Amino acid sequence: MRAVDALMECLKAEGVEVVFGLPGGANLPTYDAFYDAGIRHVLVRHEAGGGHAAEGYAKATGRVGVCFGTSGPGATNLATPICDAMMDSVPVVFFTGQVRTDLLGTDGFQEADTMGMTLPLVKHSIMIQDPQDLPRAVHEAFHIASTGRPGPVLVDIPVDLSKADIEYIPGGEINLPGYQPTTEGNQRQIRLAAKALAHAKRPIIYAGGGVVNAEASAELIALTRYGKFPITATLMGLGAYPADDPQWVGMLGMHGTRAANYGMDEADLIVAAGARFDDRITGKLDEFAPNAKFIHIDIDPAEISKNVPAHIPIVGDAKNVLSRLLGEYRALEPDASRLDDWWDKVNGWKEKYPLGYEDSEDSEIKPQFMIQALHEATGGNAIVTSDVGQHQMWTAQHYGFPEPRRWINSGGLGTMGFGLPAAIGAQIGCPDSQVVVVAGDGSIQMNSQEFATCVQEKLPIKVFIMNNGYLGMVRQWQELFWDHRYSQVDLQDHSPDWVKLAEAYGLQGVQLTKKESLIDDMKKILDMDGPVLVDVRVTREENTYPMIPAGEPARNMVG
Amino acid sequence: MADSPTTDPLSLENLHASVGIRTGRTHVLTILVENKPGVLSRVAGLFARRGFNIDTLAVGPTDDPDLSRITLTVDGAVHPIDQVTKQLHKLINVIKIRDLEPGEAVQRELAMFKISAEATQRAEVMQIVQIFRGKIVDLSHLTMIVEITGTNEKIAAFDEMIRPFGLVEMARTGEIAISRGRAET
Ligand SMILES: Cc1ncc(C[n+]2csc(CCOP(=O)(O)OP(=O)(O)O)c2C)c(N)n1
Repeated sequence: MRAVDALMECLKAEGVEVVFGLPGGANLPTYDAFYDAGIRHVLVRHEAGGGHAAEGYAKATGRVGVCFGTSGPGATNLATPICDAMMDSVPVVFFTGQVRTDLLGTDGFQEADTMGMTLPLVKHSIMIQDPQDLPRAVHEAFHIASTGRPGPVLVDIPVDLSKADIEYIPGGEINLPGYQPTTEGNQRQIRLAAKALAHAKRPIIYAGGGVVNAEASAELIALTRYGKFPITATLMGLGAYPADDPQWVGMLGMHGTRAANYGMDEADLIVAAGARFDDRITGKLDEFAPNAKFIHIDIDPAEISKNVPAHIPIVGDAKNVLSRLLGEYRALEPDASRLDDWWDKVNGWKEKYPLGYEDSEDSEIKPQFMIQALHEATGGNAIVTSDVGQHQMWTAQHYGFPEPRRWINSGGLGTMGFGLPAAIGAQIGCPDSQVVVVAGDGSIQMNSQEFATCVQEKLPIKVFIMNNGYLGMVRQWQELFWDHRYSQVDLQDHSPDWVKLAEAYGLQGVQLTKKESLIDDMKKILDMDGPVLVDVRVTREENTYPMIPAGEPARNMVG
Repeated sequence: MADSPTTDPLSLENLHASVGIRTGRTHVLTILVENKPGVLSRVAGLFARRGFNIDTLAVGPTDDPDLSRITLTVDGAVHPIDQVTKQLHKLINVIKIRDLEPGEAVQRELAMFKISAEATQRAEVMQIVQIFRGKIVDLSHLTMIVEITGTNEKIAAFDEMIRPFGLVEMARTGEIAISRGRAET
């Protein structure tokens, strides 16, 4: 059979139920195979949309996302989602078309060095040189993307090879002698960690996206509750621990709560699980958590001690390690009352520094209230995707996620335009869930072409644009750190009429401006059939607080 | 470790982080890689992206046609060597890495020197070449080419000796290494 038909068989064997993509010359054979392969293909309007949709699907379901693009511009358009998936450890397999093998290296029409260009952005990439290798390459790609620390894998297929006849043997072997992720944590290290925890007087758990990836939320909750430890999480870890729980101290980092950041600052022992001490977490590195020893649990050995030296490193899958850590800790029968003083302090911060804001005196909608209203209207149960900026941080702070895989955003790369396509993937992966987008009026314009995809696929996604008429987060930095010199951030008079834009695309458009009816209006919108674009007018110049100014220690939080 | 550690007096003060250490010496890393397209770019790209400097680099086949060996030297005074090797291990095509200890391996490099020694000085040059067990591999009216094999210290010493006679140019291969005894590199 043709190599591309074998590719379809391999996708089915991998359990793929949907792929995202857009065709072109160099992947025409692949699209010919899609014509009657019986695999759902979602046609996006830009390859970046396809890549982010595959990410959204993967983040919402835990399964591997799949995205197809053509050579040259198709592949360069995929660079952003590939990098995004790498930064946030999202399992996505990208298939790109490539020019004919006899044209390779000649600057042929739509030739780009896709492998070379993406080398620093991928977990792995495979260039097909012999069509007979394609099935194995596909299975290797899925295996690598989804195991160990998940990430993007690229398969580049020259168009002539994709048409070639091959012998397809189902259930092909994979052969990866250099790839053996460690999933089992070392027993001695786990025991040592339990002992250290039992001796800690001011411990705190710091959970990251790795806990979500490892499906280790239940184990995290069990350990935290049993030990009565305060717990915080990164932007990527939100939902791994329920936000309405008394032991939850809020998100940490640049826009985290004071309780979380002060907790890290004063802790004597920090348990980092599936987190990587990013600069948005640590602030000034040499003044980060000066009193703490670190237990660092991660499946990627290279993360351990990369930024912050670990005292007890544990390489392994978070689910495996956390459940065994609880077992060892329980065996020590530690006395939770030793933490009473610590809790007095932590609870003191929680009470003194809640995530507040000053409400408007008129009907104006404060952005923080918009998110709280969305929580009310959705019952806190929606899958929420977001773009990048102030609205993203306010959503992270105020929505209160009860479970993992409900909060889908671009953390590591901070990719504007992520929210809408990611919601497409999430809604397709979770057809029975309420999926909403909290978009920025700047960000949404980076992938608004995907409204067409929403309509075509009849996805009932509700897109709430937090419309402040600014590239708000940049404006905030210019206000605070650049002496109010607002340079190239005003969008107010030059954005489209969102209601008309919605109608042009064939979805419903609504504008909301009044706080009094906001929750009810949102409820009505959520009950509407099909996709809806909602232009929510909020206070224009509101700052996201609290905040650790870049490069400063957590103690210096402002706002 | 004791089995009933509740009574064990473990103080958090006694926990030490033992990583990110800069050893202060040159490390010879021999990296066994799959012979796949782009593998050298991956290794070189990783060094560039993470800001690790490569002092020397040599690539060649091994006894197994599917595998190549990359030998590179890195300054352990500048980079924490464990970060370098951990990042390398993440490359799927990297099968094995050895950080060879100075005593446990034999290291060699080949260098060629083109020297513009005048006829009157040639006898002296040839004497130095002999002491260093080098070979004269080309001779013309104006220049001679000398081949030297050895550790990079030996090559540096030869360089220093020969330079005053008029060094036209020099080429070095970068070090390769193989471990002593029965253990595989
Ligand atoms: C692709 C891309 N370009 C630029 C930036 C820099 N950036 C970060 S936040 C931001 C403003 C986003 O504005 P908007 O989407 O309106 O959200 P707001 O901050 O107003 O809530 C910009 C430009 C980015 N993160 N991504």
